Amino acid sequence: MKYNGKKYLKKELLPFFWCPGCGNGIIFAAMTRAMEENNLKKKDIVAVTGIGCWGKADDYLTTHAFHGTHGRAIPVATGIKLVNPLLNVFALVGDGDGATIGGNHLIHAARRNIDIIVVMSNNLNYGMTGGQYSGTTPYSSITSTSRTGHVEDGFDVSSLVKSAGAGYVAKTTIANPRMIQKFISKAIKKKYGFRFIEIISICPTHYGKYNKMNNAVGMIKDIKQKTINIKKVEQLSPKELENKIIVGEYNNQNIEGYIKRYRKKINK
Amino acid sequence: MICNNKKSRYFLQGNIAVGEAAIMSGARFFAGYPITPSSEIAEHASVSLPAVGGTYIQMEDEIGSLAAVIGASMTGAKAYTATSGPGISLMSENIGLACMVEAPCVIITVQRAGPSTGLATKPAQGDFLQVRHGTHGDHMIIALSPASVQECFDLTIQAFNFSERFRCPVFLVLDGIIGKMYETVEIPKRDKIEIVNRKQATGQPGKFQPYRPDEDMVPPFAPFGSSFIARANGSGHGIDGYPSADANNHEQLVYRLINKIERYKEEISLFKKFNTSDADILMISYGCSIRPAMAAMKKAREERIKVGVLQLQTLWPFPINIIKSFISKVRLVLIPELSLGQLKSEIIKYSKDIPVIGINKLGGISIQPEDILNVLYKEIAK
Repeated sequence: MKYNGKKYLKKELLPFFWCPGCGNGIIFAAMTRAMEENNLKKKDIVAVTGIGCWGKADDYLTTHAFHGTHGRAIPVATGIKLVNPLLNVFALVGDGDGATIGGNHLIHAARRNIDIIVVMSNNLNYGMTGGQYSGTTPYSSITSTSRTGHVEDGFDVSSLVKSAGAGYVAKTTIANPRMIQKFISKAIKKKYGFRFIEIISICPTHYGKYNKMNNAVGMIKDIKQKTINIKKVEQLSPKELENKIIVGEYNNQNIEGYIKRYRKKINK
Repeated sequence: MICNNKKSRYFLQGNIAVGEAAIMSGARFFAGYPITPSSEIAEHASVSLPAVGGTYIQMEDEIGSLAAVIGASMTGAKAYTATSGPGISLMSENIGLACMVEAPCVIITVQRAGPSTGLATKPAQGDFLQVRHGTHGDHMIIALSPASVQECFDLTIQAFNFSERFRCPVFLVLDGIIGKMYETVEIPKRDKIEIVNRKQATGQPGKFQPYRPDEDMVPPFAPFGSSFIARANGSGHGIDGYPSADANNHEQLVYRLINKIERYKEEISLFKKFNTSDADILMISYGCSIRPAMAAMKKAREERIKVGVLQLQTLWPFPINIIKSFISKVRLVLIPELSLGQLKSEIIKYSKDIPVIGINKLGGISIQPEDILNVLYKEIAK
């Protein structure tokens, strides 16, 4: 690997508090590599987190950081970016934080196209509190609060964010660290607008255990098996797409960011 | 800005006087969600802030509003929001966050009749305890309350100054009457207004610890983006800003967050007294209930009843010593307030044997001088 991202890693605090087999370490490594690839200075980065397993990511970063309340990383990041537009503001959110309790903030941030990067680790359940169902838990799956199978459908978060108006939306999985790095790097390079990267992750401790998915290796294999690139979707029938993880760029358009638009309007 | 300092007297609404003072205090960021009877403050900010290089944003709810204000504050801006009781209910989560990360910010609440949606357009004083105890956990905030449009201006300046000095959220507690009322206001020249800015970090950036307090218990500030790497943490944290679940550390942290304010309580406790020197009956109140109290006092004085008024401008931290010293000199205390006795519930903790009678009203209508006089006459006749 050309980049190792180590300058952003607070080595003294290792090992990560995440469980063995958790996908967060993979996302963390890919994200810090993307930062290094783009020569971002530590002082120009603010990592904003809420609460949840991935919400602990800021603990291991040497950059500026804001560790706030559950679901509110995106509005905190909004305030930071608006005061200092030169900063690279990352909101690091999980599926509970970003798509469930903070779902309203997510869609409105996408709609207003605020110039921040959201890196969502989606492990399909609430890991930190013991594996309860979240807003992305799939229908019928077992969690600690859906022992006989989940009643609801889970959000397709990337499609949701795309329809809410975000200029850059990409989805991948922890089975493909290079793709995570590529998408985050691309988001950094774009500089403007709301940039959303969803990474399907695994929680062997809870979700894996409840759904008898064996260990982390088995779960990653399962992800690989289900993964389909978005470019191939059109050739497939709805039946063939059932239970599949569709990865790739959901949207990549140059829509003016909030800050540029705000300046234009107030200078009228 | 309406007040361009070309003249000294302006005819302003209470809410607008707050907005004008915010800009003069150096506030450059507002995030909010419209709600009656506070909306003029947001509208004013949407025009005034861009004019001075600041930013206005209307968020999706009050939760996001205060979150954005806190983010802005930690990036170095003086930031504020305005709402009413229902909005404070939603903000309560992040009020604790502002206390814990030590984000200076001003939260203006223009009280209306509750509970729930209540009477949206009608005034009340039912949120006296909400601003103090709305968020969970042991903590301390500062709350100031104006009783005139002039005080809306003056106490807004003071609110920003306290928030910057103590790095804590400061509430400015208005009500539907004070916020919507128009009066003449004296606006001092800008260079005559004392403006406080938060202490900035100094020394070697590499050695910076974002929560290492100075002698005054307040840590120096470094904004996001500075070469002093800053960490804001709403969870238990050490002086380096990294998480800590250590029992002693948590105890020290929470005590410091409270005592950095409590220790300077005497400086923070603002009040006004009227005819208290010879009074044997004292009315204690704040905000919109001050005027009926003053009118009742005038009438009673005409009848040679020695009544005085103590107006609390600082509601929290509760000015216990001031309350005690005034109460000890009288034989009867009356508390007019547009709620069922929230201020009274605090005062009776310190009144010992002196009778404390509440004059309370619901319905979103101001207390009338007669409401007070009726109680006064009845008590005297006893």
